[in-house]
Amino acid sequence: MARSVSTQRKIITTAAAWLIGLLIFFPIFWTILTSFKTEAQAISNPPVFFNFDWTLENYAVVQERSDYMRFLWNSVIIAGGSTVLGIIIAVPAAWSMAFVPSAKTKNILLWMLSTKMMPAVGALYPLSLLFVWLNLLDTRFGLIMVLMLSNMPIIVWMLYTYFREIPGEILEASRMDGATLREEIFYILTPMAIPGIASTLLLNFILAWNEAFWTLNLTAAKAAPLTAFIASYSSPEGLFFAKLSAASTMAIAPILILGWFSQKQLVRGLTFGAVK
Amino acid sequence: MMAPAVVLLLGWMLVPLVLTLWFSFVKFLPMRGDSIAKGLDWVGFENYVRFFSSSSFWPSVQITVLMVGGVLAICIIFGVLFALLLDQPMWGQGIVRILVIAPFFVMPTVSALVWKNMMMDPVNGLFAHLWRFFGAEPVVWLQDASLSSIIFIVSWQWLPFATLILLTAIQSLDSEQLEASEMDGAHPLQRFAYIVLPHMGRAITIVTLIMTIFLLSIFAEIFVTTGGAFGTRTLTFLIFQRVIDSQNIGLGSAGGVYAIILANIIAIFLMRIVGKNLDQ
Repeated sequence: MARSVSTQRKIITTAAAWLIGLLIFFPIFWTILTSFKTEAQAISNPPVFFNFDWTLENYAVVQERSDYMRFLWNSVIIAGGSTVLGIIIAVPAAWSMAFVPSAKTKNILLWMLSTKMMPAVGALYPLSLLFVWLNLLDTRFGLIMVLMLSNMPIIVWMLYTYFREIPGEILEASRMDGATLREEIFYILTPMAIPGIASTLLLNFILAWNEAFWTLNLTAAKAAPLTAFIASYSSPEGLFFAKLSAASTMAIAPILILGWFSQKQLVRGLTFGAVK
Repeated sequence: MMAPAVVLLLGWMLVPLVLTLWFSFVKFLPMRGDSIAKGLDWVGFENYVRFFSSSSFWPSVQITVLMVGGVLAICIIFGVLFALLLDQPMWGQGIVRILVIAPFFVMPTVSALVWKNMMMDPVNGLFAHLWRFFGAEPVVWLQDASLSSIIFIVSWQWLPFATLILLTAIQSLDSEQLEASEMDGAHPLQRFAYIVLPHMGRAITIVTLIMTIFLLSIFAEIFVTTGGAFGTRTLTFLIFQRVIDSQNIGLGSAGGVYAIILANIIAIFLMRIVGKNLDQ
């Protein structure tokens, strides 16, 4: 913005923006802080901020009592598997729609988007039934397939909007310079497509990690990811704020970090290219 | 090259849809011995009529509308305000952006439980401490103000999304236009009403449509906080209860078809905008 502003005004906006930012972030901050307290300190009134005995005990207890690592591993496999598989299937589709568009391309894209609009609850029983028939209930593979399919429209759309920005002239130029098709793909297209693929990968990993309808309804014990692990804390026994905080912190920390990297791509990915 | 993606998505859409449609027209109570192997009795539109005329239907529609409308109102109003604020020159803009966007990355079960316990617990929650500090009786949030509490929690999760998209829209505004209006003596409020807001109109529409689609199927936040009790049973949750708790598949499937129709009406509007954008 080229307009100049007075220092006084800048101070006021800065203060207001920081206040709002900190207020919004506060529940996350408080959760992380509480995870290092003892249970007694976690519920003390008045609340303690930094003047408590920092402890890592909660993390150890959570891991020991509920085998946290197993849920974490399930989350990694399910979110990672569905994203990677989705991208492998979506790249050729998005590629051909971006570089060899036909009259039907637009309709296919919109139809794909429309499948994302189907309310999951409408498909709950049929899908559970299919899972029983195919022996997929409470398996990681079953969830990988479901999340891959439910995120497929977003993956195709994101890749499509990225691929469409690769200028066709570059391909022509490389062809005139005598590049073979193989060279064209490896030396020109792939390097230009990788940033887009990486952003798509990141955003969809986050979406799959946080998905909380299918993961709650199609798993029991073996394949349950972190969403289900945390939900099991909704009927607590005794003092548990610090342990809940430790479990929550472990469940969100990796994704918060990834999320901060992907925030720029978020807008594009979730508005299907309609807001730039 | 499109074939694998198209075929998979087609199956993903059609198989559950056909099964749901079929179940919605039959009597299907697995707990009373009904099964597909034995054959299901065709009952026509009975499930649709029963779902529609049950005493829980209208309340659930009202609650759904209140919840979606409430969250949308909060997110759009504050989203516009925060976006305007974040667009101003300031120190540490990048950090504020990160702080504001963070809740979007918190998984729904975590945010619901953190709010339910650490903040809204009537005995040990921070709100209870705060209320007592001012000498007031703590509120049992998720019981006495259950719907507003869930609206609040969900708004916390979605406000970052709205803010970020509206901010992106504001930043694409041509600043010369603003300067010109400033020189012509336009009041800041006039500038907002006649230039900024119209420019954001499309982004607001898109945020509204996308959020509506997601908000209609809000599940985890209700599941872990109230479990659908205390007047928080939305249409989605009612269908979930019919299918899972009462094991009345026919009735639940009829409800599912209603939900699909509702979502598609909204989706059509979204498709129009996105489709237009594709032509440019």
